This record gives sequence, structure tokens and C-alpha cells, in this order.
Amino acid sequence: MSGLDLDCALVERTLTGFVREELGKFGFTRAVIGLSGGIDSTVSVFVATRALGAGNVTGLIMPYRTSNPESRADAELAAAELGIETLVVDISPMLDAYFEQFPDASKERRGNKMARERMTILYDHSMALQAMVVGTSNKTEILLGYTTLWGDMASAVNPIARHLGVPTRVVGKAPSADLWTGQTDEGELGFTYDDADRVLYELIDRRRDCESIIADGLDPDFVHRIYRMIRDSQYKRRMPLIAKLSHRSVDRDFRYSRDWGR
Amino acid sequence: MPFTVRLAQISPVLGDVPANLDRHLELIGRAQADGVDLIVFPEMSLCGYHVRDLASEVALRRDSSELGAIAAAADGVSAVVGFVEELPGYELCVAAGYFEAGGLRHVHHKVYLPTYGMFDEQRYFANGSRIRAFESRLGPIGLLICEDVWHPSAPMIAAHDGAHVLVVIANSPARGPREGSWDTEQAYAGMLRTYAELFGCFVVFVNRVGYEDGVHFWGGSRVISPDGDVLTEAPLTEEVCVEAALDLEHVRRARIATPLLADENLDLTIRELTRIRDERTRP
Repeated sequence: MSGLDLDCALVERTLTGFVREELGKFGFTRAVIGLSGGIDSTVSVFVATRALGAGNVTGLIMPYRTSNPESRADAELAAAELGIETLVVDISPMLDAYFEQFPDASKERRGNKMARERMTILYDHSMALQAMVVGTSNKTEILLGYTTLWGDMASAVNPIARHLGVPTRVVGKAPSADLWTGQTDEGELGFTYDDADRVLYELIDRRRDCESIIADGLDPDFVHRIYRMIRDSQYKRRMPLIAKLSHRSVDRDFRYSRDWGR
Repeated sequence: MPFTVRLAQISPVLGDVPANLDRHLELIGRAQADGVDLIVFPEMSLCGYHVRDLASEVALRRDSSELGAIAAAADGVSAVVGFVEELPGYELCVAAGYFEAGGLRHVHHKVYLPTYGMFDEQRYFANGSRIRAFESRLGPIGLLICEDVWHPSAPMIAAHDGAHVLVVIANSPARGPREGSWDTEQAYAGMLRTYAELFGCFVVFVNRVGYEDGVHFWGGSRVISPDGDVLTEAPLTEEVCVEAALDLEHVRRARIATPLLADENLDLTIRELTRIRDERTRP
């Protein structure tokens, strides 16, 4: 059995318990999740719905005018299968109004802005619905830094796993951030998630070094590239730095768990 | 005389000693009403696991009103409770207390504090410095805490010091979900069974459940006989109490049938360990 294979039933039970307990400790019974129609947000919404019940989960679908219409259709398919409420918020007016002032902005700037626009809408509905924002980031993209800081990475709790009876057309399609027409993650990255996972598993989970993995027969350039991506995106996985001046600084020598008192 | 042990597989509130104390008093009271002889709570059951900078805030002095309340409740029923103890010199230790007949009969301080991977215990706590079996109204007991049993010398010392029952309390986080169980559960199942058989004693293991900052504790509390049979086993993940009847006559039969403890060459073991330590520390 490979280390990348998991006991899916046990994982599902653990993740649903995680969502239920970590929301419950903060007095929440409801969740709000951004639905893209992709595998990650679909898995997240399946976990959240199994944990909290369909009546307690709201899916926000936030298309831009250039988004692939299939994304919205797939998000609605998953929502219908689960019987959860959805809300469509078109982000085109806000995005277009903003970029009227910066007409030459690159597609990457526009993509980041979309991810952050969606974040503000999720957190607005967190308050409106008294619902916690459940995240949709997976371990591979977090480690590679293939995420928008304070955008799609932002959430209160983040469960993720494959499996769970997610509709097969969602499982089968190419992962895409859908930030511009025709974008696929693997096309933009230049490698497949399966290949990246193989290297990440050895480097991170098995604590091996690049040279020993290369000795196993993996491509040296690819292994070193993955290593650099992890290193160069470390800033995305930490809270903002605070200059040390006082005797006790937040997160350095002021250390408390988030579940303090809960 | 057989006695009944109840394993309280609970999920404490992180850093809220008054709330956890109420829960303990309620469960101890119910155990007494049910005629249970011993109730065992998990490691740090009065304060939760990831206390970090709360360590000094949740720590209890030996003469604290909280431990006094547990002692007062543990009359008729005995109790093993997990807490952080503040020593007279202000060291903070991860402690397991055995309460009976209205008093605190014995305290074990966790000797091995994991400080690697996901663990950070030596940053906050001081190591215990002794492992001792002690007499109780139920028979001779040895107390150990979580990482202690990853060092086979710890249960070995407790058994040779006379323990017929090893009580192991834990906060073991779940890692590696494989084939119906966790890698951590598989490792514990093997170790605890091995200790029960090799040291000819009962093993009473109580692990917590629940989540702290995304870390999940798997539960799976159990009692293992000196023959290695699992007498009772709590389910993974659920807050639940399970019970077993322990007959210490079983220890006698196992040790007579397989006299591993009696055959142990302590002189050889001590001589060789002393040599190994001396060779390592020789300049």
C-alpha cells in the first residue's frame, strides 16, 4: 500500500468531526463555502454538509463574466445533489469597476483580485449568515504556494480529501483556478499534480532530501523545482512577520492555541 | 477480589480547569453510584493538551482546592486524573494522580516529554525523575503517561517495582489513516499488548478524544489482560465510558505459567546499561 493511499471512510469520519467540533467550539452550526465547481470546493462542501446537515450549509457561486459556464453548472450540480442552498454573486461589476482604473493590469493581477474579491464576499456572508468560512485549499497547492495569499487560502477551517461520492464529472475534469479562459492548473504549472504529489510525499511526509529522491530515478530538475517552489512560498504559510521589540511578541513568545478556552 | 475499572474517554476543554473539574466530579460521582472501583481519565484531563503558554495558568499545586475536590469525591471509588502540577520549586510537570479514600495517594510525573515533530512539551514542562509502583486498596499499580510507554524501560521498571496493573493515560494524536485505523493506534496496540504479556500485568490505557486546533485524538482506550487479551476496548473518536473487571489472580497465574519477570537478570541488565552509559559519557 502506497503512503498516498488513505482509509477513506476513516478520513471522512475524522474530517466531518473536525468541521463539526471546530465550528461548534466557536458557537457556529452553519458554514459558508465558495463553490467553483472544481474538485476541492466540491469535496469541502461534501464534508461540511455531512458534518452539519444540508440545511446548515450555503454555497456561494461567484462567477466572473469570463468564467467557464461549466464551472457554475458543476457547482450547481454538486449543490443540488447535496440539497444545499446556493447564492450566485456575480463579481464582474466590482472587478470591472476596479480595473477601469488599471486597464493594463496583467491577467495574473486580475486573477489575484478575483480570488480576493471572492474572499471578501465569503467573509461578508460569514457575518450575514452567522456561518464560518470553510476553506477549499489542498495540501499540494498549499505546499507549492499555488494559491492567492489572503484570497483562496483564506478560511476559518480547512478540511480536504478526495473520495466522498463527489460527482464523477467533477472528479474527472482538469483542475482549474478558472481565472482566465482555458486556464488549467497543470497547464500553468507545467506538471501534473500526480507527479508533484510523488515528490512532495517523499520530501515532506517521508522527510527525504532531494538527492536521495533523485537517486530513486526522478528527474533532478523537476525535484529541485518542486523544492524551490516550497521554499519560495513559505511566506504564504505564515502569519505576517512582526519586528521583535518588546519582551513578548505575538506568535514568537506569546504562544496560545486557537482553541484556547474551548 | 475482582474490581471494576471504568475508562473515561473524554474530550476536555482546553485551558478551562473549572469546567473540566465539574465534569470530573460528575463522572466520579456517577462511577461511585454505579459501584465502579476505579475510574481513569486521560492525560491532562483537567486542562486539555495544547496548553502552551497557559501551562502556568492551568497548573495546580498539591494543596490546591481543585485537587482537594477530586480527593474528596474519590471516596469509595478510586480515580486516576491527569493535570499539570506546579512543584514547590515552580517547575511545571505533566502529572497523573491516583486518588483513593479521600486523599491523593500517588503522583507520577511524565518522564519522557516528546519535543520533536508535532510535539513541544519540553518547552513548557520539566521531566519527571522517578518511576515507582505503589500499593493501593485495589492492588499494586504503576502509573505512566503517554510518551513514557514509547520507552520500554519505563513499564519494565514499574513491573519490577511490583506493579500488577499498569495504568497508562495518554493524549495520542491520530496520524496515518490506514485500513480502519491509525498508524498511531496500531503502534500503541502492539506496544501495550507486548507489555501486558512480557511483564505479566494488566494494562489499563485511557486516551482522550476530540480535536484541538485541528489535531484529532483517536481514543481507543482499552484494558489488556496479562495474557494479551483485550478485555474491553472503547471505539475510536467517540466520547464514551467503557468498563472491565480485573481479577489480579490472573496476574499470579500468568506469572507462574510464564515467569519472565522472575527470570529477568537484573544484575546483568544493570551492569550492561551502566557500562553503556559510562562508555558514552567517557571523555
